[in-house]
Amino acid sequence: MTEIAIKNVFKEYNRNPILERVNVTLPDHEFCLILGSSGAGKSTLLRMLLSQETPSRGEILIDGEPIDVEPQADRGVVFQRYSVFPHKTVLDNVLAGPSFRESRFFGRLFGNRKAKLRDRAMELLDQVGLSDAADKYPVQLSGGMQQRLAIAQALIMEPKVLLLDEPFGALDQSTKKSMHKLILDLWNANKMTIVMVTHDIQEAFTLGTRVLMVDKQRRDPQAPEAYGSTIVHDLRLDPARKAPLDPSDNEENQSMEDIFLKWAGRMDHAIVEGAPHPTTPEAASVSAKEVA
Amino acid sequence: MRRAINYVPDRHSGLILAILPFVFLMGIYLVGSDARLSANPDDKLMPGLKAFFDAINHLAFTENRRTGEYVFWTDTLISLQRIFIGLSISTVLAIVIGLPIGLLPYLNRLFGPFMAAFSLIPPLAVLPILFIIFGLGELSKIVLIIFGVAPFLIRDMAMATLAIPKEQIVKAQTLSASSWQILIHVVFPQVLPRLFDSLRLMLGATWLFLIAAEAIASEGGLGYRIFLVRRYLAMDVILPYVAWITLLAFLMDYFLMLGSRAMCRWHHIR
Repeated sequence: MTEIAIKNVFKEYNRNPILERVNVTLPDHEFCLILGSSGAGKSTLLRMLLSQETPSRGEILIDGEPIDVEPQADRGVVFQRYSVFPHKTVLDNVLAGPSFRESRFFGRLFGNRKAKLRDRAMELLDQVGLSDAADKYPVQLSGGMQQRLAIAQALIMEPKVLLLDEPFGALDQSTKKSMHKLILDLWNANKMTIVMVTHDIQEAFTLGTRVLMVDKQRRDPQAPEAYGSTIVHDLRLDPARKAPLDPSDNEENQSMEDIFLKWAGRMDHAIVEGAPHPTTPEAASVSAKEVA
Repeated sequence: MRRAINYVPDRHSGLILAILPFVFLMGIYLVGSDARLSANPDDKLMPGLKAFFDAINHLAFTENRRTGEYVFWTDTLISLQRIFIGLSISTVLAIVIGLPIGLLPYLNRLFGPFMAAFSLIPPLAVLPILFIIFGLGELSKIVLIIFGVAPFLIRDMAMATLAIPKEQIVKAQTLSASSWQILIHVVFPQVLPRLFDSLRLMLGATWLFLIAAEAIASEGGLGYRIFLVRRYLAMDVILPYVAWITLLAFLMDYFLMLGSRAMCRWHHIR
């Protein structure tokens, strides 16, 4: 059981309020999406949950206890960039956390203990589809693969809360879709709470069991900095009753070409020259369905 | 006509282009030397190839009658030893002092401005002080190299540490890493390529400090020899020594690059 309570939290930088009167309680196993435009303070809220920053006023509790003053292993994190260690191989990146925890001085494990952890790490890499890349370095991976690695690296610590700061913001459409499926599967399989920041509204409603919108409630046109943001919308969604936004969006692992053909179909009347034709069997099946 | 920036030599012509300036310089020297020697066979400023050959043969392959040493190799050994000890200690200081200054805010506030000021002291200006404190032996020469190189490297490592993305440090903490573990498993491996680069860039300065120290007070070493024979206008010794020092520096640069490739494989994958 993990319950997160944010109680009357304020945050200001140099007397400029960023967030004010933030009150929210997340029950166990919530998938909470925080929406907001750039500079609204959504990432600040996430950084406070991470203890990377401390609230100016108010408190944040996990299971009734105030969160630690510094980042700890109970809260895992994936950032948009720089989440994985570039100098470690994929496998060593996943092994990093357990090695830090179990070998306080050297930060390195040997023999039996390493072998046992290795199996667990490979299992996780398999879940995120990276078992073939175990010996590669992060620079050799695509953006999506790096984020999968960052997730596996965080999950091996079995955190109560997984914090995601625009983790898929830099990925292309089809990679983003497969990442959505992956993160939902992992959320279902592991009894953890996820708090994720995004500015993609569709993403928020597709993934979340809870959607929060952060924005300014009061505005002073003469002094735009006078007021901070707060939670202006707070919705709870039942994942079982979610209507798929677009039936074809439910296709698993849509490739870039699938999506291209779908859009080409939609824009059919506007195409002046050229006819879209599928080049792969999967794409052919999609376009066949589009026609039907 | 394409833009000049878009003309790229292929491998073959690239190699020829790289050799060209060396050949050109040697050609000019030989022509000049020849002209001067034909006007005055006793000219000392631009000796010919024969004089170089004789001088090298004398210093490198003939036993010194008084000491029984091969002067050229003894000089090389003494100088290289000073350089290696000086650079090694500077490198250790850069890691042991620079990384903590970059990682720990308290140490940063305490030593950051001090190191900045300290690294601006001209090392040659304090050379007399070093001679007074450490005497005229080996120690003062090695200390001069450390004095010239270490403050720069320490600041450089502190800055490289500060430039590591904050995300990396936060992520390590969520993986339960301690400050010590972050230092040795996150910071050190990530600044190591920069350390190699900085060492390579500092090689010129390192030799400068060594030769300065050897020129002023020494009983051996490459710089000592150059300044000793200067009195006799012995260009036939000075020029080969300069070329030899350049070659040694070039080889050190090359080995540092190989070291970086071997120890920071992740950094060199493209």
